Amino acid sequence: MATADDLKFQEFDNAANLLAANPEATTISIDDASEKAKNQRGRPGASSRQEEDELLGNDDSDKTELLGGQKKSAPFWTFEYYQTFFDVDTLQVLDRIKGSILPIPGKNFVRLYIRSNPDLYGPFWICATLVFAVAISGNFSNFIKHQGDPNYHYVPEFRKVSIAATAIYAYAWLVPLALWGFLMWRNSKVMNIVSYSFLEIVCVYGYSLFIYIPTAVLWIIPLDVVQWVVVVLAMCLSGSVLVLTFWPAVRDDNRKIAVATIAAIVLLDILLAVGCRVYFYDPLESNDIKTTILNDTKMVTKTH
Amino acid sequence: MAEAEESSKPLFAGLSDVSISEDIPVEGEITVPVGTQSQDEDSSTLDEPVKETIMRDLKAIGKKFVHVMYPRKSSALLRDWDLWGPLILCVTLALMLQGESADSKEEGAPQFAEVFVIIWFGAVIVTLNSKLLGGTISFFQSLCVLGYCILPLTVALLVCRLMMLHGDSGLVGFIVRLVVVTAMFAWSMFASTAFLADSQPPNRKALAVYPIFLFYFVISWMILTFTAGTKEKPGKN
Repeated sequence: MATADDLKFQEFDNAANLLAANPEATTISIDDASEKAKNQRGRPGASSRQEEDELLGNDDSDKTELLGGQKKSAPFWTFEYYQTFFDVDTLQVLDRIKGSILPIPGKNFVRLYIRSNPDLYGPFWICATLVFAVAISGNFSNFIKHQGDPNYHYVPEFRKVSIAATAIYAYAWLVPLALWGFLMWRNSKVMNIVSYSFLEIVCVYGYSLFIYIPTAVLWIIPLDVVQWVVVVLAMCLSGSVLVLTFWPAVRDDNRKIAVATIAAIVLLDILLAVGCRVYFYDPLESNDIKTTILNDTKMVTKTH
Repeated sequence: MAEAEESSKPLFAGLSDVSISEDIPVEGEITVPVGTQSQDEDSSTLDEPVKETIMRDLKAIGKKFVHVMYPRKSSALLRDWDLWGPLILCVTLALMLQGESADSKEEGAPQFAEVFVIIWFGAVIVTLNSKLLGGTISFFQSLCVLGYCILPLTVALLVCRLMMLHGDSGLVGFIVRLVVVTAMFAWSMFASTAFLADSQPPNRKALAVYPIFLFYFVISWMILTFTAGTKEKPGKN
């Protein structure tokens, strides 16, 4: 991430120097012009505003904070109010996703990527994708595990979609709500330097779930070892994003409470990952029981 | 004396102003209502036969189906939206997907209501998303396009069911169905993005297209797995 920024900055610098050196020469070197055009085409969403956001430091974040305050002044019953939550570009979203799967130690996800412009686009669609990824790939891995079993009767298990949706959306919205309330309560007692708004917490949680999408796809591989290695890896990444983000917010608090908060955050994350893994991908016992029950009920209905 | 002169001057000046400006607006106001009245009389459908009315609507729906099957960069699907086509497609899809899986309600294929809700709710969410991202298209226009673009997937389901009638099960049959559904999924995506992508600013196009992709992907998955579900049933019972 940092190297990419450096490269960008240098290139920008060079171009600026060139222009500064001979300002009249607009098309003096064809190579340069074509290269610049290519770069611009390659990154279509790179608005100058966003580049500034990336390159500049504190002054700009102050400015965006002020602008953010201005934007949210629309009353909540208007459509424009909700549009402020979807005020992101493709590159911004990709950047945030990249930040969530490659957490940098010591860097805060909220301050680094979200910058007082929390969006709901990422959390909502990452959750939706995860719901279907888990349900579909769980169903698929179920099918693979029972390949060649004459007793096995394939069903799409459509109900799993709603179960996955309930679990994942509850995790992505209720846990941030609880955490936000808790941080508010602690903030009233102990002055913390870092405090997050509810939307920022939702945003962090939503993006931290992204790593589970490729994990859910990899869970199709019917090898227990691979599945558990993948899930531990995903938990480490997503947990570290959460810990790195929320540790500064509770650091100044009582030591015990701070550790307990972080432990609860990590535990809930692990609970979600392991719960999904066990419920959606471990059909060996549960599904056998289900099929036998189904067979039994069919037998019963036939005999009656 | 001087005060009286001063007061009389603006009085006359105001009168002359009024008399001049009166002439201009009267002409404009007279012509406007006449024009609208004649237009209303021309397009009145009150005393035409019912058959004609229905046929005109059906023709409009058929024309839109053709537009989806041959997606060009035209705004015919956007200009006058209707929800009849989406309703027909959605009900057809839901009825066909329901199939004979009534005996395994707990585990089996999605039920009528589930398919119906997924299609309409999904289309509404995708539309809201594109509106929230700042799309320039109206709510019902987007809903109409998303609904009409299910047509290729409905065709795919029809093909799959016809293949199942011939008892074409096994790996080859599955691969053929997979190819058909994938091709029709690509077609749906292509058609809907051809109509909808232009309504977004260029730096947000991918953000608006991704939910559409997810929406059609889930419908394709339902179609593919449904046929697989009934495929193995006759062998078991």
